[in-house]
Amino acid sequence: MLSRVADSLYWMSRYLERAEHTARVLGTQLNLMLEQGPKSSDRRWLRVLASLGHTGPFADDSDPFALAQAHALRQITGGIGFARENARQVREQISSEMWEQLNRLFHEVKRLESAGLWKSQPLDFLAVILESSHLVQGVTDSTMNHGEGWQFIQVGRFIERAAAIARLLDIYFHEFPAGQPMDSGEHMEWIGLLRSCTAFEAYCKVYTADLRPERVAEFLLLNSEFPHSVRFAADRMQNSLEAINQAAASRRSPRVAKIAGRLSAGLMFTPLEEVVVGLAEFFADIQQQCARIHVAIHEVYITYSIEAAIEV
Amino acid sequence: MATPGIDEPRIASGPFSSYVLDSAFDEMFDAQRRPRQHYRALYELLLSLPVEEMRRKKQAADVSFLHQGITFTVYGRDEGTERIFPHDLLPRILTSAEWETIERGLTQRITALNFFLRDIYHEGRCLADGVVPREMVYSCKHFRRQMRGVTAPKNIYVAVMGTDLIRLPDGRFVVLEDNLRVPSGVSYMLTSRQVMKRIFPELFQYTDVRPIDHYPEVLLTTLRALAPEGRGEPNIVLLTPGVYNSAYFEHTYLARQMGIELVEGRDLVVHDNVVYMRTTGGLRRVDVIYRRVDDDFIDPLAFRSDSILGVAGLFNAYRAGNVTLANALGTGVADDKALYAYVPKLIKYFLGEDPILDNVETFLLTEPAERRHVLDHLEKYVVKAVGESGGYGMLIGPHSTAEQREEFRQLIEADPRNYIAQPTLMLSRAPCFFDGKVEPRHVDLRPYILCGDKVTIVPGGLTRVALRSGSLVVNSSQGGGSKDTWVLQ
Repeated sequence: MLSRVADSLYWMSRYLERAEHTARVLGTQLNLMLEQGPKSSDRRWLRVLASLGHTGPFADDSDPFALAQAHALRQITGGIGFARENARQVREQISSEMWEQLNRLFHEVKRLESAGLWKSQPLDFLAVILESSHLVQGVTDSTMNHGEGWQFIQVGRFIERAAAIARLLDIYFHEFPAGQPMDSGEHMEWIGLLRSCTAFEAYCKVYTADLRPERVAEFLLLNSEFPHSVRFAADRMQNSLEAINQAAASRRSPRVAKIAGRLSAGLMFTPLEEVVVGLAEFFADIQQQCARIHVAIHEVYITYSIEAAIEV
Repeated sequence: MATPGIDEPRIASGPFSSYVLDSAFDEMFDAQRRPRQHYRALYELLLSLPVEEMRRKKQAADVSFLHQGITFTVYGRDEGTERIFPHDLLPRILTSAEWETIERGLTQRITALNFFLRDIYHEGRCLADGVVPREMVYSCKHFRRQMRGVTAPKNIYVAVMGTDLIRLPDGRFVVLEDNLRVPSGVSYMLTSRQVMKRIFPELFQYTDVRPIDHYPEVLLTTLRALAPEGRGEPNIVLLTPGVYNSAYFEHTYLARQMGIELVEGRDLVVHDNVVYMRTTGGLRRVDVIYRRVDDDFIDPLAFRSDSILGVAGLFNAYRAGNVTLANALGTGVADDKALYAYVPKLIKYFLGEDPILDNVETFLLTEPAERRHVLDHLEKYVVKAVGESGGYGMLIGPHSTAEQREEFRQLIEADPRNYIAQPTLMLSRAPCFFDGKVEPRHVDLRPYILCGDKVTIVPGGLTRVALRSGSLVVNSSQGGGSKDTWVLQ
């Protein structure tokens, strides 16, 4: 497979995952806002800003709500736009159904944005994004050959997911350190975190509705069956990278698989007690390893130097 | 005038009520207003089908084009540059005898042009013998002095040619121009046939239409035949300028149909005069490049240095014989519109044969007498810039304003080598379907000629049609459309 094509498929999927995740985080917070007074909401929107990568400092008179909305909207529409642009570059490599879905999503978002639905009915707007993003993923899995290209799509999706969830956990545990008594407001925040990862119902099935931060951490980090847990994402990423490595012929290299395997093994074998002791480091480590995997993929498969490739 | 017999079908009322014959050759009706033999089946079908059914078919065809994303790009406009290719519902039909002449004529032409290109980039016999003036060749915008002494594999410089034919009022096909650089449009020929088969199954059933679906396969065989020697299973790729090119749809279509990789300049690297493509499995050697990028942009080291579409070092790899480019570089010299005037002489010179397909009468404006004559009668002539294509840079005398003529007069006087003039030609007309009515419109014909180990022309081509009533311009960039072209057994 051409390196450029692999790169486009990877980014197409990564951008779409990013848009979907942002839409979910934003939707959850908007929902919470309806139930609680505006007082606690500033903190919450600062948290959203942090999860989008904006940690400030912000001007004193800035409105975190407006700021977070604007950034999130840009991330969503931009993400969908970039996903489509990447798909357009490799149209002959993806199925027509995929292209049609993605194209439709892009035009729908543009239409809703210009029709002002974003302002008047933000939750409906976000529901359209989530639904369409699921549709694209479903169509991808059921119409595209599960070959090398599909594997790059998987890697893009799950690397984005693992890093985003780790970042979100990091922000929450930084603000609400574990092991302290919880008031009702905080209770709502943990529900918010779970909802941001579509995890509330799944969590309840495993632990009942008894919310405890360590359990939330365990579930979102270490659960091997839930699609929006870091471990699940890391496992899928590792599988796909192994498949890509198998297909890579002369570029076969243990390097990427090793880093991905390390991330996966860390999540699989580190006991919860150990994780809880150094949560912040653990989260930071996951994000760092995701970044390293990203760099390694590009160095091994996409932007390798000609000299290195000729000698092989 | 004699009254035709009762049983002789004539242009009747119904959908043909506004079908008027004029001096142009009509593809469907003869001078006695009777449908020609090979158009009978279509004629009768049109009379028998209710207008509603025809409308439904037209709509079904349009939707099919839309869904397949069969589009082209119009340059020079800001918004909505991607358009559905306009398509007419009714096929243009050729008899096997007509096709046989076209096939022989074009085979002769591409053979002679390949001899000519080899000659001018090597010994230059035809120049020394005065068949073509030297300055005519060397002053051509598309002459590539870098190609001096470069031999194309098997001496095939032009592997893919698209030649525009028109039909004169006397029914003869003549050559209007050749396209020897990167001719496009073949994907419209292929996809419109697929659509037609869906829309008119009843017609295909009763008419022996020769198939064209093997074009991609023949193209692949042609490209494989031109691979550098000693490359057993050559790696063949299609080089596209990218998604913003007007023919990008065609590039993806052909690559998919041939099962070859569609690459951009940035996917290729040259190392030690060998071309590689960058894949996730490492660098893979490339042997044949079916390039849809113009000469100027193909290698920033050899040609335009501001090009980012090409591959640095590609030309050296080509010179070294490590990779084949199809078409070769510098082929545009032979489709220069002034050089076109010499092609009949070249056929005689290189093959010792008389041309089977004639040229259109052409005035070279470098000749003082011819120039004076044309400038005095600009309103009668079509003036074309020699190096342009796609209907750009043209003056159509009879449809021009005094202002436009004055502009061209100045352009011609400033640079006579850059223009030629041809009489305004009556292109033949074929029936087209417009909202319940059948009306005649002017058409041309562009068959695609492939030249590898042998010359192959799939029976058919792109019939381009000037959709505006009375218009003679068939280019898609200028409001033209296309029709499916049927060659009968």
